[in-house]
Amino acid sequence: MRLEADRGACISSGNCVMTSEVLFDQDDDGVVVLLAEDVPSAEEANAREAVAICPAQVLRLT
Amino acid sequence: MRRDAFDPTPELGEIRRSSGVERVVNALGMPVYLVTRHDDVKRVLSDHEYFSNSRPPGFVVPGAPVLSEEELASSRAGNLLGLDPPEHQRLRRMLTPEFTIRRIKRLEPRITEIVTEHLDAMEAAGSPVDLVENFALPIPSLVICELLGVPYEDRADFQARSVRQLDLSLPMPERLEMQRQGRAYMQSLVTRARSHPGEDILGMLIREHGDELTDDELIGIAGLLLLAGHETTSNMLGLGTLALLRHPDQLAAVRDDPDAVGPAVEELLRWLSIVHTSIPRVSTREVEVAGVRIPEGQLVFASLPSANRDPDFTDAPDTFDIRRGAAGHLAFGHGVHHCLGAPLARMEMRIAWPALFHRFPKLALAEDFDDVAFRSFHFIYGLRSLAVSF
Repeated sequence: MRLEADRGACISSGNCVMTSEVLFDQDDDGVVVLLAEDVPSAEEANAREAVAICPAQVLRLT
Repeated sequence: MRRDAFDPTPELGEIRRSSGVERVVNALGMPVYLVTRHDDVKRVLSDHEYFSNSRPPGFVVPGAPVLSEEELASSRAGNLLGLDPPEHQRLRRMLTPEFTIRRIKRLEPRITEIVTEHLDAMEAAGSPVDLVENFALPIPSLVICELLGVPYEDRADFQARSVRQLDLSLPMPERLEMQRQGRAYMQSLVTRARSHPGEDILGMLIREHGDELTDDELIGIAGLLLLAGHETTSNMLGLGTLALLRHPDQLAAVRDDPDAVGPAVEELLRWLSIVHTSIPRVSTREVEVAGVRIPEGQLVFASLPSANRDPDFTDAPDTFDIRRGAAGHLAFGHGVHHCLGAPLARMEMRIAWPALFHRFPKLALAEDFDDVAFRSFHFIYGLRSLAVSF
């Protein structure tokens, strides 16, 4: 399971960081930073949740 | 805009169960399409090609005085909620560095201090007290004033203005007059900050974006943040305290179990959904939602309380359960206009409630539940006051 983020469309809600600090961080401007593109199996549920709740729908799982 | 204490009116659930979208008349007497289901609300709020936040030329609100194009442009400048991408993103990106999770975490000690000071004052004043006046309103107010760079001693004036500006039972000219006075006040702060930018958001905007932003835009941005910082967290703190007092076992969990606090805040956000609707969208062309045809140029309201009580989103949605763990509630909205201050609001609530219940383990309602003054006909739901004893 791989994560992708469209950083240009990120609106910095912070919802992904709230869901998993293992997978997500924000840069100084608040834009999403992926900490792990290959999602560890223990984080798969969190990854799915983050994708579902991102208000700007900038996250994707492939 | 009406509620049955904590609950949306049964009519709203009726629409959600039947057609999903209904043409109704809003508080200002305007026909609007009310969207009620969780999936549809998400779609309306995220599809700005079809559902725009800006207003088409010639769009008039009943009762509003006719303004020149110039006056209109000035009154709308900097209002992020009235803009669509890409213009919206240009302004929002100037603000997002101030509201990252990391930045907000740095405020934790100061927010804790502010909460402690207000609890001390409540304790000194003695029981009973009005929790809204002494706790729910002043804490978020002081926090947003410090962040933004607004003198806290001016609060009586701008609080009175913001309450009336969003009071839908008042005549439109009076509400617009409040808005005009608010802008005049903000102009004075912007002028001062242009010459002496402080270590606050207004100062940051002027230092880093002062050349790109007009005074009108700065006034609009600062005015929106002040209003939003006041009218939201404070109503959540007041109404949420009442909700927890009515569910003592869940209140005890918030007080005693640090791991319960975060999920409890999310459930309170979902269950109470104090913002009745998003900023109304305008359909940019004919569009179908839930099989209902919406013509071009119509006002579309996305009901946040209804979406958050949709059984297709979460089971037994009318039950208040801090252990629900339903991610994806829409209390902060959805799409590019998702609440900028959400991390701040969450932090304030996570600090304030456990501190309140620790300080006053015997906290209780000091008036009959039937007498509690819920605030109707206001853009944001909440309580006018709440008498508590401790």
